[in-house]
This record gives sequence, structure tokens and C-alpha cells, in this order.
Amino acid sequence: MKVGLFSLFNRVGAWVLLLFLVTPALIAIPVSLTPKRFLSMPSGELSLRHFQKLFTSEEWLSSFFQSGVIAISTSVLATTLGTLCAIGLWRVSSKYSELVRAFLLLPLIIPQIISAMAFYRLWIPLGLLDSYVGLILAHTILAAPMVLITVSASLATFDPKLEQASKNLGASNWTTMRMVILPSIKPGVFAGALFAFILSWDEIVVTLFISKFSVYTLPRRMWNGIRENTDPTVAAAAVVLIAITFIAFVIFAIQSRRNASNNAT
Amino acid sequence: MHALRKHIHPGWLIIAPLLVLVVALYLGPILNILWLSVTDPEPGFGNYAKLGESDALLRILWTTVRICIITTMFSVTLGYSIAYAMVHCHQRQKNYMLTLLLVSFWISILVRTFSWLMLLGRKGLVNVTLEDIGLIAEPIAFMRNEFGVLIGMIHYMIPYAVLPLLVSMQALDKRVMDASSNLGATGAQTFWRIYLPLTTPGLVASTLLVFILSLGFYVTPAVLGGGKVLMVAEYISVQLLVTLKWGTAAMLAALMLFGVLAMLWIMSQFMKLSTVFGGAAR
Repeated sequence: MKVGLFSLFNRVGAWVLLLFLVTPALIAIPVSLTPKRFLSMPSGELSLRHFQKLFTSEEWLSSFFQSGVIAISTSVLATTLGTLCAIGLWRVSSKYSELVRAFLLLPLIIPQIISAMAFYRLWIPLGLLDSYVGLILAHTILAAPMVLITVSASLATFDPKLEQASKNLGASNWTTMRMVILPSIKPGVFAGALFAFILSWDEIVVTLFISKFSVYTLPRRMWNGIRENTDPTVAAAAVVLIAITFIAFVIFAIQSRRNASNNAT
Repeated sequence: MHALRKHIHPGWLIIAPLLVLVVALYLGPILNILWLSVTDPEPGFGNYAKLGESDALLRILWTTVRICIITTMFSVTLGYSIAYAMVHCHQRQKNYMLTLLLVSFWISILVRTFSWLMLLGRKGLVNVTLEDIGLIAEPIAFMRNEFGVLIGMIHYMIPYAVLPLLVSMQALDKRVMDASSNLGATGAQTFWRIYLPLTTPGLVASTLLVFILSLGFYVTPAVLGGGKVLMVAEYISVQLLVTLKWGTAAMLAALMLFGVLAMLWIMSQFMKLSTVFGGAAR
């Protein structure tokens, strides 16, 4: 019976830990509702003035917009390149292709500060510092490995005989890709696109190095707010980000449940 | 064209765009940085020799390694407990646990760092609450020291520690544990002598993953350390953006890079790396 007791104890501990992982972020909610002009917990009275400021401030709105543009472009570009590459690697499947796969995953594991240095170093002579193109390219290189992983995972369960069947029936490479392969790996492509979006939307280290004035993303503005540590608008922005995370998560959960039930039938 | 096709698989055509992009815009400048570490400001190993001369540099390296080791120990131990509980409970409960884990994974690093600032500051929620219930008279310094950095980092790293462990525990054959208890082993014996050794690959993966991610961590140490806890990543950024010393920064980046590659190599000795990163093995 000792085992049961230990397991029970461990399970309670695990729940406490999991709550410890999620709950601290929620403190942004009360702080964002403070009626005062500085960061503080509200006592009694609540106010939405900081949300009002967030949604009327030109600076914050432009940051939301810029982050949105960059994250969507990154997601589209990384998903296209990553999906093509994953399909290519899957079809080649040789010693060299596995080497290339390992190499392409490096941006994910190399510390971001080193990636930031590398982009900073190259963007100076290329004149890409502080530009949309520079940020989108950098984020795409960081996000493409995510797409590579999710699409490869989908391809692992795809039956290669289907591809042969399609070709034997006279379909061209392009038709096979569009009509046979892509529909079967849709969940992986979708997950990859979502991860790429989030990575870019949330990216701060590389962004700190390669943006200055003209491109000022949301994480960058939040970083400034956190460093200054006075204006409660940051708390309101944090609440909006938590809400967006939550919505994205629900979409993701519904989508994967739908895929699961599709596979079951 | 036809002759070319014979030698090169057409699949490479669609691999090429991403590969070219990463080689040109990522590998290129990284190699350039490695080159800088032995050429800037003058050719030679001057930058590396600084390690032997400068106490400040050594102190930064030591702080980084120490914080990374402590973070890794706590994250992996706590992560093991979570993964164990997840594998050994009902599907429904497991789904709830997985949801919490993934939600924490997805919450922005900036939001989390901001929250710790609100919780741990001198007038943060923790200090105010402790003062209100009369446990302490003076606010405790939770931040601007290693304690704050460690809390923030462990909190961030736990989900990364859990995922490889979860994969490795789910792959275990439960009958082995049944056999062990049928042969008369107690629960503790089964755990220490069968279960733990069988999850070693997961433990190694999770340990190295967390350590690698901690090494280059920038946001949390910079904010929660408040300038008092200087780690390599922050030092590099100061060198580049404030004092403009590429040589020293490149040397530190090279050290970090070789450290990471060495750890990846160790990891590859224990398992196929593709299983850690979810790659496809066909």
C-alpha cells in the first residue's frame, strides 16, 4: 500500500506544480484594473482606464499592427518553406537528408542570443536593420524548424503507397502533392503555421537587436514597459496577450480534436 | 537535365529554398562570428586569453554555469514528478494536466516575467501579503538577486523538462514493472532499480535540453536579476550594443556555441536526436 500513498502524494504535488506554472501570470489581471497611475494592486475600486489607454494609444496600436503583420508574414513564409522542405526530406530519405534535417533544426536549439548576434552582424551590411523585411526573414529562419518538425511528424504516419498510387494513376508530381500529400498532412501544416505565428508574435531577443525606431513590435514595447516598471498599460497589454494565448489554445484544441475524430471514423 | 536527375533526387529541389536561406543568412554570419573571435581586435587568441586575465569574465561564466546547473536540477526533478503523475493517472485527469502544461508553455515569456515582477518586488503581492499577516516586518528581497532569477528560470523551464520525460515514460512496457513486483520487489525497489534506469534516456534528454536553453537565457535574468546578476547572454548584449566590443562578445558566443554542440553530441550518444525534436523516422 506504500506505493499507493507515494503515488497519491506525488499526484497532489504535480497538481500544485502545474497550478504554480499557470497562476502567476494571472496577477496581470488585477494589476491592469487598478485605478491608479502607477503599477499597483487595486484596493476596492476598479477601473478600465488602462485598457482604454491601450486601445487609444497610437504607439500601442501601431505595435499591435506591426507585430501582427510580421507574425502573419513569418507564419506564411515559414510554413511554405518548411512544408516543402519537410516533404523533400521525406521523399529523399537518405543519409544526407537526415544530416540536412539535423542542420536545419539548429536555429531552434542554438541560444537566441547567438542568433541575435548573427542576424545583427549580417543585417548591418545588408541594410536590413530596423525593417520589416529584416525582422520577417530572421523570424522565418527561427520558425521554419518548428514547421519542419510538425509536418515531418504528420508525414511519418502518411502511407507512401498512396503517393505511388496517385502517380500510377497518371497524376503529375504537382497534382500528387496538392491532392494527395497536402490534404493528409494538413494537421501538421496547421500546427506548424500556428507555432510559427506564436514564435514571431512573442519573439524579443532577436527583435531587440535588429529593430530600433521604425519597427517597434509588441514584445519590444512590453519590454520597455517592464524595464521602466511604472505604467500599468503594460499590465493591460499582458492581459490582452493572455486572452489571445487562450483563444489560440482553444482553436488549437478544437482543431486537434476534430482531426482525431476524423481519423477515428 | 535528365542526366542530372539520375544523380540528384528531385526532392532536393524543394529542400533547397529553406536550406539556401538558412546557410546564407544564418550559418554564414555565425561562422563570421567564430572568425571574429580570433581576429577582432587583432588576430590571435587574445580574446580567449582574457578568460585567464579577467576576474570579471570568469565570475560571469561561473554565475552562468551555477545558475544553469541549479535551474536544471530543480526543473528536471520537478518535471519528473509531473511526468510520473501524468503517466500514472486516468486519461481524463491526464488531459487536464496536459492542458495546464501546454497553456503555461504558450504564455508569453514577457507576460510571465512581468508577473514575477509584480509578485516578487518590494511592494509585490508576496511581500505585501506576508506583511499583512504579520509574518515579516521588512519586505524580503526576492528580486535583483539569484533567487529571483532562479524562480523565473525554473518556472519557465519546467514544461521543457516534462515533455521528453513524458515521451520516455509513455514508451515503457508496463509489464516489466508488473514482473518486478510479481517477483517480490517492493514498490520502492521497483522504482529505483527498474523504473528510474529505464527512463534514463528521457532524463538525459530533459537535463541537456533544459541546460542548453538556460545557457543562453536572456529575458528573465536581465529583468529579475536587475543588473545584479550578470549572465553571459546579457553581457554579450552589453558588449555589442553599448561598448561595441565584437571580439569579446564573439569569444563568449563561440564558447557558448561549442558548449551547446558538445551537449547535443552527448545527447546523440544516448538517443536518436530526432526523437527528442519530434523528427520523423521513416
